[in-house]
Amino acid sequence: MKYVDEYRKKELILSVAEKLRTVSKKEIVLMEVCGGHTMAIHRFGLNSLLPPNIHLISGPGCPVCVSSQHFIDKAMAYSKIPDVIITTYGDLIRVPGSTTSLEKERAAGNDIRIIYSVLESLEIAKDNPGKNIIFLGIGFETTAPATAAAIIRAKQEKISNFFVLSAHKVMPPVMKALVEEGVKIDGFIAPGHVTAITGTTIYNELASDYGLGVVVTGFEPADIMQAIIMLVIQIESGKQQVEIQYQRVVHKEGNKIAQKLLNEVFVAGDDRWRGLGIIAESGLKIREEFYSFDAENNFAVEIPESTEPKGCICGQILRGLKTPADCSLFIKRCTPTDPVGACMVSGEGTCATYFKYRS
Amino acid sequence: MCLAIPAKVIGVEGKTATVTIEDVEYTASLLLLDDVKPGDFIMLHAGFAIEKVDPLEAAETLQLLLDMERNRPD
Repeated sequence: MKYVDEYRKKELILSVAEKLRTVSKKEIVLMEVCGGHTMAIHRFGLNSLLPPNIHLISGPGCPVCVSSQHFIDKAMAYSKIPDVIITTYGDLIRVPGSTTSLEKERAAGNDIRIIYSVLESLEIAKDNPGKNIIFLGIGFETTAPATAAAIIRAKQEKISNFFVLSAHKVMPPVMKALVEEGVKIDGFIAPGHVTAITGTTIYNELASDYGLGVVVTGFEPADIMQAIIMLVIQIESGKQQVEIQYQRVVHKEGNKIAQKLLNEVFVAGDDRWRGLGIIAESGLKIREEFYSFDAENNFAVEIPESTEPKGCICGQILRGLKTPADCSLFIKRCTPTDPVGACMVSGEGTCATYFKYRS
Repeated sequence: MCLAIPAKVIGVEGKTATVTIEDVEYTASLLLLDDVKPGDFIMLHAGFAIEKVDPLEAAETLQLLLDMERNRPD
């Protein structure tokens, strides 16, 4: 496949690894923020190619994983309202809520549909005028513009039975929160597709005020190895800054059309993250002008106090403090077919990735 | 979930493109991207084209990597 295969050649990756060994001396901790990077690192066994002084830790960049228990419970409550159709991206339906999961609610007869694109929700809304369609909006800056585009289209086409429960989140506040909390990080392997939308200025503070290296990175193994070299060179020389490795897709200024849609529909607000609690200005809330599409403003539901699964350390794993191997449930009671926590549900969750590629 | 896959544009109609990934056809919304033409490669994410792939930048990155391979000590 073009723009994929050429970045996966074994010889190429081995030579980049060799170059890395010649430039790397210090003990360095790098966090890959995005679940897609975690998946690629383990799938291609990149850890085994790194010198022992370079440590990679996984971060909070899996939307399904960081969606709070409260959000899952609220989605479940919506699914029980008569004449409601829930639409959602795949993995979310398997996340265990406090008492049940969307998958179990679907088996019980509630109308919960997996969609590939949020625009399908609009078609479902048009085909079912007597029903209310609630789309579960999860994802970071990469995904949220699509939701914004769907809301604007719904407004233009006067579709009045389409609603969004937004748990969309933004990356910079959580990256800062981790550093402020004291998680030891020297640099970030920053998310390529988030940055394709936002542009690179969102990371400037991390480099200037926190002295961290930031390299916006593609998702093929040669991309990731090259980004690690760039970070190592920055950190070894004390010249931490924001750089783009993923030049073929990411521009410094980002995607202006997507940014405009995001700002038109959403406004930053405090949001709840699994394992991290409430982080200021880290969520995307629907603006007042679009309240007629905001599920929370149109449907009242009672939600009992949410409880995290007992023994699950997903929250600490999302903060880079622990790995799945530290969890007493991992493999023994928690597997991809019978997950206890959200990090085992999503294909790009750290636990699911460790499980799939464990040696 | 932020996964996006390079896809080749084979047709454009209004704000929708038909794209292929390994000969399988998909639909890509162009609501987030202007000036898309057949022959372009776009990054496809959740049914939306989120950015074009720049062939010149792609070649440059690859060249940097190939240089590392060429300079590899025997």
